[in-house]
Amino acid sequence: MTDTPQTPRTPQEFESAVARETAVASFDTHEKSLLERIRHFLHSSPASVPLIVLVLSLVIFAVIVGSRFFTPFALSLILQQVAIVGIVGAAQTLVVLTAGIDLSVGAIMVLTSVIMGQFTFRYGMPVELAILCGIALGALCGFINGVLIAYLKLPPFIVTLGTWQIYLATTYIYSANETIRAQDIEANAKLLQFFGEKVPIGGATFTYGVFIMILLIAILWYVLNHTAWGRHVYAIGDDPEAAKLSGVSTKRVLIAVYVLAGLICALAGWVSIGRNGSVSPQIGQFANIESITAVVIGGMSLFGGRGSIMGMLFGALIVGVFSFGMRMYGTDVQWTYLIIGVLIILAVAIDQWIRKVAG
Amino acid sequence: MSREPILTARGLVKRYGRVTALDHADFDLYPGEVLAVIGDNGAGKSSLIKAISGAVRPDEGEMTLEGKPIHFRSPMEARDAGIETVYQNLALSPALSIADNMFLGREIRKPGVMGSWFRMLDRKAMEKKARDKLTELGLMTIQNISQAVETLSGGQRQGVAVARAAAFGSKVVIMDEPTAALGVKESRRVLELIQDVKKRGLPIVLISHNMPHVFEVADRIHIHRLGKRLTVINPTEYTMSDAVAFMTGAKAPPPS
Repeated sequence: MTDTPQTPRTPQEFESAVARETAVASFDTHEKSLLERIRHFLHSSPASVPLIVLVLSLVIFAVIVGSRFFTPFALSLILQQVAIVGIVGAAQTLVVLTAGIDLSVGAIMVLTSVIMGQFTFRYGMPVELAILCGIALGALCGFINGVLIAYLKLPPFIVTLGTWQIYLATTYIYSANETIRAQDIEANAKLLQFFGEKVPIGGATFTYGVFIMILLIAILWYVLNHTAWGRHVYAIGDDPEAAKLSGVSTKRVLIAVYVLAGLICALAGWVSIGRNGSVSPQIGQFANIESITAVVIGGMSLFGGRGSIMGMLFGALIVGVFSFGMRMYGTDVQWTYLIIGVLIILAVAIDQWIRKVAG
Repeated sequence: MSREPILTARGLVKRYGRVTALDHADFDLYPGEVLAVIGDNGAGKSSLIKAISGAVRPDEGEMTLEGKPIHFRSPMEARDAGIETVYQNLALSPALSIADNMFLGREIRKPGVMGSWFRMLDRKAMEKKARDKLTELGLMTIQNISQAVETLSGGQRQGVAVARAAAFGSKVVIMDEPTAALGVKESRRVLELIQDVKKRGLPIVLISHNMPHVFEVADRIHIHRLGKRLTVINPTEYTMSDAVAFMTGAKAPPPS
């Protein structure tokens, strides 16, 4: 640069020198191959892969197991078996969307179910009040997770790994590893088993647990997609810094997510009493792994901000269809786990591939 | 300059421990102008900008917006006062749509019960407003307003961020290194965008290291050195090497 003053809007020598770079920069053109278009489609509708897999697995089992499988009764039985994973998975969905993970969901579920049972039977509390206490405790457990994650900025994996052990140990210590028998509950506190009550519709049999799962997922779907709060949950998982600068109160949303997850787990605790009949600290140990499985097979990204709660439902149903179908087919149940393991890895691989759409 | 400045700062001081990032710095922005802020690394220009955009609270000093004193405690307060910032990292959520991004943190809800009770978003209204804003800025090469931001090119993303600022910034738009991450062609587009925003009457504060860009679009250049405003020059009266010399202290500033 010499002494001539710069007049606006003249191309700079600088620019002509760098102009060569444009050829390199414009390397990624917009020719869209079929594969490319599929990727874009999957990118915009993340629940479609698990839906396709679900339909395919239904077809496969209908063919290999035969007409026994494709009856309203059998299919509704799958829904009954999936209800608890679906509800806990809804809680997991919220957390995973914020790029977190909640390993304590199963422990909160067991703890709250034990509280509901023991408060009723040990202290003679009215059953409604005991249920309310259980739900409040679920919210408190979630709140503890949320504060540790949002305010102390500890990684969600570590926090919930810790609280998982804490909540589970609390459950055992408090209940003295004692089971409340199904007959006692049926005689004295029927409300605890409410979600296990069967509702026959045509040849199919549903439970209230199935209905509450569907209702819960429908509500959360609405909240996540059609309210500002739901968009904020996605934005936080996507890029917390950007969300904050855009005016999202990230800490408040994060805490709300974990509290809500705790509440939903408490609901799952209540539903699990209906499903099992009894209250036992031994059940639901694997609910955390099962919910993460549903979420991952459902096409949600563990890196946050991507996926749909419907995908989680399809993921849970895929697992349900496989375990039920394989049992009907009469093979070793280990085959189910093997196939689910393959599905998890496939789902994550597909997620990685879809994310490259950005490039 | 007979006009009244829209945004002023007097005697801003900001210390970080023993480091003084701002040492009684002054700042003036006049209506309808593009003011470039340049300075060497560590000269305190980002602290200055952060103070104006509400990201940090200065230890001392006064700021006024349209003659009224302002004390921002957060970027949100600055935003509510009409000062929008386009951050260097753009602050966009890649997986959300263009419309969702433009309205992130200030969504429009549906009128009536659906909005107040069910808190339902008014997607249509937001998409329409977003589309209008992008068209206004000549950015409608973006075909689909509901496509995810991560499917856009760097320049288009910058466009969305600028459109967001222009849509909501009622008084001042601050742009932090808007061309730093872009190629030549895309930088050109962003410079045109800056002119478009200026034409609409919004004053712009442009922070940039790119001297050619600064000299091309700025009406005045604020040179920051050692934590304070060294001088303000007119780009048509000085050369880039002059500006760099003032910035580094190689040359004494002109008497102002």
